[in-house]
Amino acid sequence: MIYLDHNASTPVRPEVAEAIQACLTGLHGNASSLHREGQRARAAVEGAREQVAALVGARASEVVFVSGGTEGDHLALVGGAWALSRSPGRVAISAIEHHAIHGAGDVLRDHGFRIEHVPVDARGVVDRAALERLPDDTAIVALMLANNETGAVQPVAETADWAHRRGARLLCDAVQAAGKIPVDAATLDPDYLVISGHKIGGPKGAGALVVRRGAPLAPLFRGSGHESGRRGGTENVPGIVGLGLAAELAARDLASEPARLEKLRAQLESAILDADPSAVFHSRQAPRLPNTVNASFPGARSDAMLMALDARGVAVSAGAACASGAVEPSPVLSAMGVSREIAVCAIRFSLGRTTTEVEIEKLAAILPEALRAARAAAPMVA
Amino acid sequence: MALKVLAAMSGGVDSAVAAALLAEQGHEVTGVTLKLWCYGTSPVSARACCTLDAIDDARAVARRMGFPHFVVDAEEVFRARVLQPFLDAYAAGRTPYPCALCNQHLKFGDLVSRMELIGADALVTGHYARVDRADGGAVALRRAVDDAKDQSYALALVPYAALERARFPLGALTKEEVRGHAERLGLAVWDKPESQDLCFVPDGDYAGFMVEKLGERRGTDPGPIEDAEGRRLGTHRGIIHYTIGQRRGLGVAAPEPLYVLAIEPQRHAVVVGPKQALESPGLVTEPMNWLMPAPPTHATRVMAKIRYHHTPAEAEIHLRDGGRVEVRFSVPQSAITPGQTCVLYDGDRVIGGAAIAHALNANAGAARREVAPIAP
Repeated sequence: MIYLDHNASTPVRPEVAEAIQACLTGLHGNASSLHREGQRARAAVEGAREQVAALVGARASEVVFVSGGTEGDHLALVGGAWALSRSPGRVAISAIEHHAIHGAGDVLRDHGFRIEHVPVDARGVVDRAALERLPDDTAIVALMLANNETGAVQPVAETADWAHRRGARLLCDAVQAAGKIPVDAATLDPDYLVISGHKIGGPKGAGALVVRRGAPLAPLFRGSGHESGRRGGTENVPGIVGLGLAAELAARDLASEPARLEKLRAQLESAILDADPSAVFHSRQAPRLPNTVNASFPGARSDAMLMALDARGVAVSAGAACASGAVEPSPVLSAMGVSREIAVCAIRFSLGRTTTEVEIEKLAAILPEALRAARAAAPMVA
Repeated sequence: MALKVLAAMSGGVDSAVAAALLAEQGHEVTGVTLKLWCYGTSPVSARACCTLDAIDDARAVARRMGFPHFVVDAEEVFRARVLQPFLDAYAAGRTPYPCALCNQHLKFGDLVSRMELIGADALVTGHYARVDRADGGAVALRRAVDDAKDQSYALALVPYAALERARFPLGALTKEEVRGHAERLGLAVWDKPESQDLCFVPDGDYAGFMVEKLGERRGTDPGPIEDAEGRRLGTHRGIIHYTIGQRRGLGVAAPEPLYVLAIEPQRHAVVVGPKQALESPGLVTEPMNWLMPAPPTHATRVMAKIRYHHTPAEAEIHLRDGGRVEVRFSVPQSAITPGQTCVLYDGDRVIGGAAIAHALNANAGAARREVAPIAP
């Protein structure tokens, strides 16, 4: 299988798998226990905390281990808003945020909060002018560092600066950016920052929320003082150890991997244009991740294209499909003003550590045939 | 030789077993479930076959058998090719048979066009029918071995070319055998109830569905219930509530039971009369879909079936203009209903099918008005 869905999940690094295996077989203690077994587990967790902090330029004490991106987003947005606003207040969410942020916004809305949505421009980059129009009582602005569907990188540092001058907090979902581009909390200056293990070569079910400079946070899981009272629950030691090592290895590879991926991306983009000169790229004009290409092939609906590519050994993502499989235009592309007709033909190719030049060459040979089949399968409704 | 197979899976036990049997035989199966309808959040019946739960059931079968499964969003085609004609037929005083259109345009239309996506050699469904080679090697659609489950009637509008690549593994099995296979293969759907009504109207209230869900207004105004001589006997609730042969719900008191003889959309009238007035010597179809390479060129004896639960009756067919066929029964048939499908059998072979345009000149006056001029 030519796996080009690394934004959905990227393979666990072999070293990480080994480290997790070693935890599962050799590290039995509860990290909160006082005996030496407990202390060994605690040492592993705290070592991982240092590794995660190093990847994102934060302090170890600012790192809260969670179950992944969705929990991190909920803890930051809901926990942050609850801590900041005695009476229901207001938070702002960019239109292209991940479902996890929109979901956390729904939780707040159900509790009486007002949710503002900040639009993006045609490139898929948040509209700074719209930020200026946000009401003064906005407590938190959520802006992702890089969009999962288009790879468009957002002006987080500028937005954080703007938010801080207004007395607001900035929540940065860096799940898709971490490990692909440098993520430096000191430069970006968010109050809350979220990463996820399985997007950087670590395991699923482990992630981290970085709470900087003592930003307010009401825990969602209570009952015990884990994670300095910020997240109750016995630490997922194998997951945390895997996340930590993956963070360290990702940080190491940042010196060379982005350039390698950019080269593969250019190869992929020319293969796409060779196969279909009418292909429409999304967010190609924006600052963007080196690994993500989102393109529409007019007349080839994404559900058909996904199936055709899958049958030919290529795994990609179709913009957005709901649980029932209905082909709906991606809300991200819609927010960018992409027409429905083009949006339902969007395919996301996301490259990663295991992607090779040979794989892209093979894809180039497969694309024309897959396109032909997908176009022939267009619904007959005339 | 292992085939690449596209298996249409509704989520029910029949299509699950059809797909699973081919997988078990070593064929390379890809399951697909057609999403025909937006399920929304309304509670849906467990008996309906195209719900979101049904998609999950189909996925579970694919997981169990170890083959991939995809959902095909066919809502647009379903609306244009099945739902709209369904509405138009009721508005025109007909009683449509949407399953035939769904097989024609979705399962053996849209899905056939998707076979190339996976390079499929064959399309498999859970229909109880058989395809084989008749004399001369031409493909033939035949009745299922299990007479009680036979679905060849519902397949009569399928394009003949599509039959070439169709496989119906259940055609030689009984329902009990199918459930037995499902249980043997550990498919969770093995004891799932049968779907009865139209999949998109699980409660069977077609008129309510059309009016409340689709906002249909045509054919919903009250109008006269008349006898064959044009005497007004009462008031009906809108012609979409009635079908030929219907006895219940007329709300007309009469010395003998009254049946709907005709629905006249132009005058917005429902014509009723005694049971014997329902009988007609024959019918004229819409253009025939022939399931044979060389359709008959002269009058031919067939068995004709005029609705799902009708016992095929002996008839002679005569070709008419525009591919239409006039069907003359040896014995007059009751309640020939425009919109329903008339399927022609030669023994157990389906030789063609088409929607019924109208009944032939009968002995009742009301039906006479419905008869269009027929070329001699």
